[in-house]
Amino acid sequence: MTPAGIAVLLGWGIFLSLFALAGGLFLLGIDRKLAAHMQARIGPPIRQPFIDIVKLLQKENVVPENAISGIFNLAPVIALASSILILFYLPVGSILPILGMYGDLVLVMYLLTVPALAMVAGGFASGSPYATVGAQREMVTMIAYEFPLAIVVIGVAWRIGAAGLSSPFALATIAATPIWTVVGPLGLIGAFILLLVLAVVTPAELSRIPFDTQEAETELAGGLLVEYSGRNLAMFYLAQGVKTLILAAVIVAIFFPWNLSGFLAMPPWLALPADLLFFLAKAIVVLFFAVTLVRVGMARFRITQVVSIYWRSLSVIGLFGLILLMADAALPALVGVGS
Amino acid sequence: MKLNSSFNRSLWVYHFNSGSCNGCEIEIVATITPRYDPERFGIKLVGSPRHADVMLITGPVVHKMKDRLLRVYAQMPDPKLVMCIGACGISGGVFFDSYNLEGPVDEVIPVDVYVPGCPPRPEAIIHGVVTALAKLERLQGERA
Repeated sequence: MTPAGIAVLLGWGIFLSLFALAGGLFLLGIDRKLAAHMQARIGPPIRQPFIDIVKLLQKENVVPENAISGIFNLAPVIALASSILILFYLPVGSILPILGMYGDLVLVMYLLTVPALAMVAGGFASGSPYATVGAQREMVTMIAYEFPLAIVVIGVAWRIGAAGLSSPFALATIAATPIWTVVGPLGLIGAFILLLVLAVVTPAELSRIPFDTQEAETELAGGLLVEYSGRNLAMFYLAQGVKTLILAAVIVAIFFPWNLSGFLAMPPWLALPADLLFFLAKAIVVLFFAVTLVRVGMARFRITQVVSIYWRSLSVIGLFGLILLMADAALPALVGVGS
Repeated sequence: MKLNSSFNRSLWVYHFNSGSCNGCEIEIVATITPRYDPERFGIKLVGSPRHADVMLITGPVVHKMKDRLLRVYAQMPDPKLVMCIGACGISGGVFFDSYNLEGPVDEVIPVDVYVPGCPPRPEAIIHGVVTALAKLERLQGERA
């Protein structure tokens, strides 16, 4: 790669990192505001997460005596850095994935586990029984939601591949060919089922109600994060915001990849901010249905229920959607042979 | 200790029961209901003293809770505020001069704001928080 290319890549990387931090906190603020309105409250101002971060950065950063301080301090950094990194592999608005040539949707799926693993490491390293229980629960939840997530990824990419497109796992391909445009009526139902499955996986990825057993405030007093304070807690808070943005970006990239500049002719200097704003609007809609509505309307599941929901119910539903997609691709050929 | 306006707009509250009769707890829970909605000022109840900026203490401090109270107070990261909710924490209340008390709260840890009442109404608790914010602002003014 030429030095100029590296400079452009770095510039986009810095821009996307700042966008991820600000956009993630903004989405958290929107989530809190919407939840408050649904409970007939006024709710905090939308910039509340920014205020929280500034406050946490002023607080003392306590490292417990019986914690393994190296891992304890490293875990928030890894969680934040790895969640920002995922965004480099995802299309954001009309910005194509800047590291798209090095990784595809399967890599994104693997990278999504890294922030969670960093939290597990931090939880075990903090030397508190609450954090240890929280870390164990986080691992169980991770194992639970990984399989339905894989079904969605495989199903969508396989169907796009079956439509005759090369490199179906590449996010640029998925974003350029929305799944809805390549499938028939059966496939529409199948793709919709997979969208629902991905929406149910989202709260678990973000450890929000009803799948927040690992942070359960009432039983585990904050779970994984129980010993974190000050700067380290601020970094986990930021990572939570960036993860929220990323999950929204994954759903948007797979199922709603349309851009405003694709419909309306506009000059390039206007297209980028317009597409970014449109992307945020799509992310807000997705998160409202996948996270906010669910967390206001439901109570927390027990950890045993989480596993059976994901492994039994959601896997069966996901596999059904996958079969519909496969039937959608196979049926025209079969009918063609029959006639 | 450097404070700025963000601190006032984002108080995370930890609740500590040092032997209360649960009356104050019920009023604290009533304070965080949608009717009073303290979240619009950024006030949030957290489960861990490590996350907290303010500690709400209810009850007179009984023998068994003294060490725990000192420990939880030490676990809170600076800067921190302590609010004493209810008559028990101020004077001992109906348990005044009892043999199993370690005295009112301020004989164990420093208290910034007292909220009297048995139990105090949610309005009184909110007023206490406002007083705590005013105290913080005064401290900032003295430091500036």
